Amino acid sequence: MNSFSYQRAGDVASALQQIREPGAKFIGGGSNLLDLMKGGIERPVLLIDINQLPLSDITVRPDGGLRIGALARNSDVAAHPVVRGSYPLLTQALVSGASPQLRNMATVGGNLLQRTRCGYFYDTAFDACNKRAPGSGCAALDGQNRNHAIFGASPQCIAVNPSDMSVALNALDAVVNVEGPNGARSIAIADFHRLAGDTPERDTNLAPDELIVSVDLPRSRFSDHAHYLKVRDRASYAFALVSAATAFELDGGVVRDVRIVLGGVAHKPWRAHAAEAALRGQPLTADTRAEAGRMAMSGARPYAHNGFKVELTRRAVERSLALAGGVQ
Amino acid sequence: MSEKKTAVSSPIDKQELMTWSRVTRRTFLCSTAAIMAFVGAAGRLRAATSMTEDQRAMASAAAQPVANYVAPVPMTLQVNGQQHEFLAEPRLTLLDALRETLHLTGTKKGCDRGQCGACTVLVDGRRINACLTLAIMHQGQNITSIEGLAQTSSATPTALNIAQQPVLHPLQAAFIEHDAFQCGYCTPGQLCSAVGAIQEMRDGMPSAVTQDVKATQTTFSDAEIRERMSGNICRCGAYPNIVAAVRTVLIKST
Repeated sequence: MNSFSYQRAGDVASALQQIREPGAKFIGGGSNLLDLMKGGIERPVLLIDINQLPLSDITVRPDGGLRIGALARNSDVAAHPVVRGSYPLLTQALVSGASPQLRNMATVGGNLLQRTRCGYFYDTAFDACNKRAPGSGCAALDGQNRNHAIFGASPQCIAVNPSDMSVALNALDAVVNVEGPNGARSIAIADFHRLAGDTPERDTNLAPDELIVSVDLPRSRFSDHAHYLKVRDRASYAFALVSAATAFELDGGVVRDVRIVLGGVAHKPWRAHAAEAALRGQPLTADTRAEAGRMAMSGARPYAHNGFKVELTRRAVERSLALAGGVQ
Repeated sequence: MSEKKTAVSSPIDKQELMTWSRVTRRTFLCSTAAIMAFVGAAGRLRAATSMTEDQRAMASAAAQPVANYVAPVPMTLQVNGQQHEFLAEPRLTLLDALRETLHLTGTKKGCDRGQCGACTVLVDGRRINACLTLAIMHQGQNITSIEGLAQTSSATPTALNIAQQPVLHPLQAAFIEHDAFQCGYCTPGQLCSAVGAIQEMRDGMPSAVTQDVKATQTTFSDAEIRERMSGNICRCGAYPNIVAAVRTVLIKST
């Protein structure tokens, strides 16, 4: 790991001043950043420790929604009574990620900023990685791409976002609150992460001098019917091959509003709008679930080694909907 | 790790015995490495005398440290109830601080990338990977490493037996009883992790195998234990016995 200077931020205002130093980065839990630094992928010259900032609280808002502080640890969010009771999808997604030790360290803000686990990005022995070295090419395109995208990829980058939490947050219509030199702004979760396009080096629309301060969830509508299904190479402690977050309101057996969001298949959590449209207003049956699974795969484009993800994701959607609907 | 006294069959000078008993694998390896480094340096010095001026200049430039140095800063860590003050670069991980600075080598370095759990310690009672966090971030917190488990399990000094050996933590005793290790390298991490896991289960924290995350009580099943211990890899494959040891303590203590 390269050497760096270290400062502690006393409040948000001073953190925003400190981050203006060239080569500065915020450190929260550090579980992804320090790993990347040990691999030589990130080389900050100054780390600003934000752990003293008062951003760990989880509070119910007057409108019935929930505000989760950016520094709340993944394990604390997962175990929070309101999250478990009203947003069980978020708890399920969080506890399916990483290990208990890492969940005790990792913050909500840091989880949103997790970088891809593409092997070519992580291993600096490979020269070609547009995400790590813009303009160098994409080694995964013609390399080992079993874990890569089947939706929305660009010829510049076919990496996927590794976060389970972010998939659930997309299904829950979360809003990310940030502060920066020009004040505060709120970013809808769907606009927070980016597709690779021609700038795969940018994972999110957060500016380098901005700080995530909290995540808001609107009043829960999906507490009764929601499920996060994660499929991975081993039973625990592995990133998703694919995952499917499904959540819906049932009214007399008929699906009203519905969210179907996929993980492990794109550069950002992938909202399956066509599948949602196919299910909205329909009774929840084996046939409608199967149709939603098929529709979720519209536009899928696999590469040499990840064709299995198309069938796997289709089935994951179907199964996740069944579990969310209480069908075993 | 406690030092093993050398067994002797013939009369031996008491002073000599004491000297031998202080030789641990670590001090032996450290002194051997120092001797080897000295021998190596002497060899290079001899080679340097036969170099041309240009070669010497190039060798000297290559030996210059890269501009990759930040002055050490003072740090204070509270480990197993003891306060330690030292100077170190900010990049020192908590794991390296424990092992290399404080010489608490019970905590192991496995992958050093947060994937194996060998470095698991407790910070303010919560288990974390010491390899993926900086020592400087944990000033003012209570750090418990494997060396502190036995002590922390005994509330009062009277729990110490007459030989001043600390009473084992119930999990340590259960690991021995259930033969929950073979080579032992992952064991310190497994133990610290199990302490955390049992607390989390008692607190009703959910896991990936919890059927209903809305339920605030954890079912004390083997599936729950396995999932909650999945952040600790055991290359010897002692998993069934680790689960048995954790189960014993979990059920006894409830």
